[in-house]
Amino acid sequence: MACFIAPMTQAIITTVIQKSIEKKEKVSGIDQSRKPRISWSRKLGWLNKLLWGGVALLAFEHLWHGEIVPWPPFLTAMENPTDIGPMLMEIATIGVAMAVFVTFVWWVIVLIADAKVKSIPRIKGSSTSEGVA
Amino acid sequence: MFFIITAFAAIITTIIWYVKAPGDKYRLSLLVFIFWGATLMWFVDHVMAYFIEGGEFFEINLDATILGISTTIIGLLIWMIALLVSDPKGIWKRVLKQRQSA
Repeated sequence: MACFIAPMTQAIITTVIQKSIEKKEKVSGIDQSRKPRISWSRKLGWLNKLLWGGVALLAFEHLWHGEIVPWPPFLTAMENPTDIGPMLMEIATIGVAMAVFVTFVWWVIVLIADAKVKSIPRIKGSSTSEGVA
Repeated sequence: MFFIITAFAAIITTIIWYVKAPGDKYRLSLLVFIFWGATLMWFVDHVMAYFIEGGEFFEINLDATILGISTTIIGLLIWMIALLVSDPKGIWKRVLKQRQSA
């Protein structure tokens, strides 16, 4: 019905946090650090891309199935009062589970990436690994 | 079926990204994240629906197949727009310069 609302809410919050951390890192000059590490703004960027990418494709799927419409109230379940309860239940169960699972997978990616970066021998002048924006 | 098609797209783009890495000039990592994000979310959706509602785990029919192809196109479209906006080859600047000089 509208399960993607939960990961979308998380994506909005994590995007705000990422932008805030990015500003702080620029001010503190973390990019100039010679320690081989991946910045938190970059790590949160991966989570945001996972969340927003998933939300975009899920929103399209909901549009395909007629569960969302491009006009108010946007969610077709909102038109019928008896559908509101199950819709909220779906957001609270499947939606939250989606957000938790994506965050767990991201956390595993971060752990692996950190371990990989730590295993790289220190090279003068290098700061972070390249490849994933 | 759309879950299988998106998962397939995620695996293929990950392999292409890995072959091209560490360079990411064309922001292929963005496409990888888009497809994996959707794959993970649909995986949870399928697992929970299977345990709560029962029935078949994979929805294999023509509608689900067309939806899978469409979502892949939407993913590619988002990546293409991001690529054109970021313009890593500087094509827009070159085109504008050419028009100004002409």
